[in-house]
Amino acid sequence: MSAPQSASMPDVLKTAETWCQGGRSVALATVIETWGSAPRPVGSHLVIDSEGNFEGSVSGGCVEGAVVSEAIDVIESGKPTTLEFGVADETAWRVGLSCGGRIRVFVEPVT
Amino acid sequence: MDLSLLTRLNQHRAERQAAILVTDMASGAQRLVQKDGFADNDPLAGEFEKRFRSGKSGTVETENGTFFLTVSVPSPRLVIIGAVHISQALVPMAEIAGLDVTVIDPRTAFATEDRFPGGALKAEWPEDVLKEAPLDAYTAVAAVTHDPKIDDFPLIEALKTGCFYVGALGSRKTHAKRLDRFREADLDPVTFDRIDAPIGLDIGAASPEEIAVAVLGSVITALRKAPETPE
Repeated sequence: MSAPQSASMPDVLKTAETWCQGGRSVALATVIETWGSAPRPVGSHLVIDSEGNFEGSVSGGCVEGAVVSEAIDVIESGKPTTLEFGVADETAWRVGLSCGGRIRVFVEPVT
Repeated sequence: MDLSLLTRLNQHRAERQAAILVTDMASGAQRLVQKDGFADNDPLAGEFEKRFRSGKSGTVETENGTFFLTVSVPSPRLVIIGAVHISQALVPMAEIAGLDVTVIDPRTAFATEDRFPGGALKAEWPEDVLKEAPLDAYTAVAAVTHDPKIDDFPLIEALKTGCFYVGALGSRKTHAKRLDRFREADLDPVTFDRIDAPIGLDIGAASPEEIAVAVLGSVITALRKAPETPE
């Protein structure tokens, strides 16, 4: 029973539900795989709305910006996508994980 | 994700019910699975069993495709019946190990803030506390008062609600008498084997602090390892 949500951490899934019910267009990002020293464990969530507001964390700050902009595309297209981030200069992505780890993030619309 | 699916998942989480969200990575199709709510012949049944225990989310490759399992299990709790010396050592150790700990003891001579700082203590009868916060499958119960008036009710409740660990302090003789009482209370004797008594791992514990280590060891064993099947 690893990674229980601690009291101080926002309940991202609850936020996703609340935002969605409040009429906002929402996407949910989930860390689905990690290699090496990834900062957030598999199953970590980030919720994003079409305005770029977000809550939660998939990397402790390194790649959230990129995930948010991809998520806005996902909200528009309605199609889920999978993103991969690694060390900055080893991937095509402009952003990367300074810690040297790699992560894969699944981004899906909540409808 | 379907909002109705997300709402159901959040409902399960609020009620301390374990659930797994299964996402087909190829199609994006999703379904929600509860602990007792999947068929034995489900292609992922073995994986569900394992993950409900470990609580770990992750990707599974099968003949039918790749699936991501978002595993949601309640954080494990330890309910200690008895504000005794063992409990004073067990509370901080169990908290360090990541358990949410509650100590219940109606005897105000034992149940004092001085002995149990930090808010884990309820100086009330187990009957009253458990009405507010019922036991469940992600809760461990360790009864250590030596007093059947206090210990028996929560132990019976622990067996009925399927707590993942049920331990009771007392010698083999004390425990035999306890089981006699439970039989009279019409409890199914099959469940009696689930009681860890004498309590704790057999590490030759000699002091209350060492008994606390033994109890915590048993709780973690019950949490992390599948129950042994008789050979």
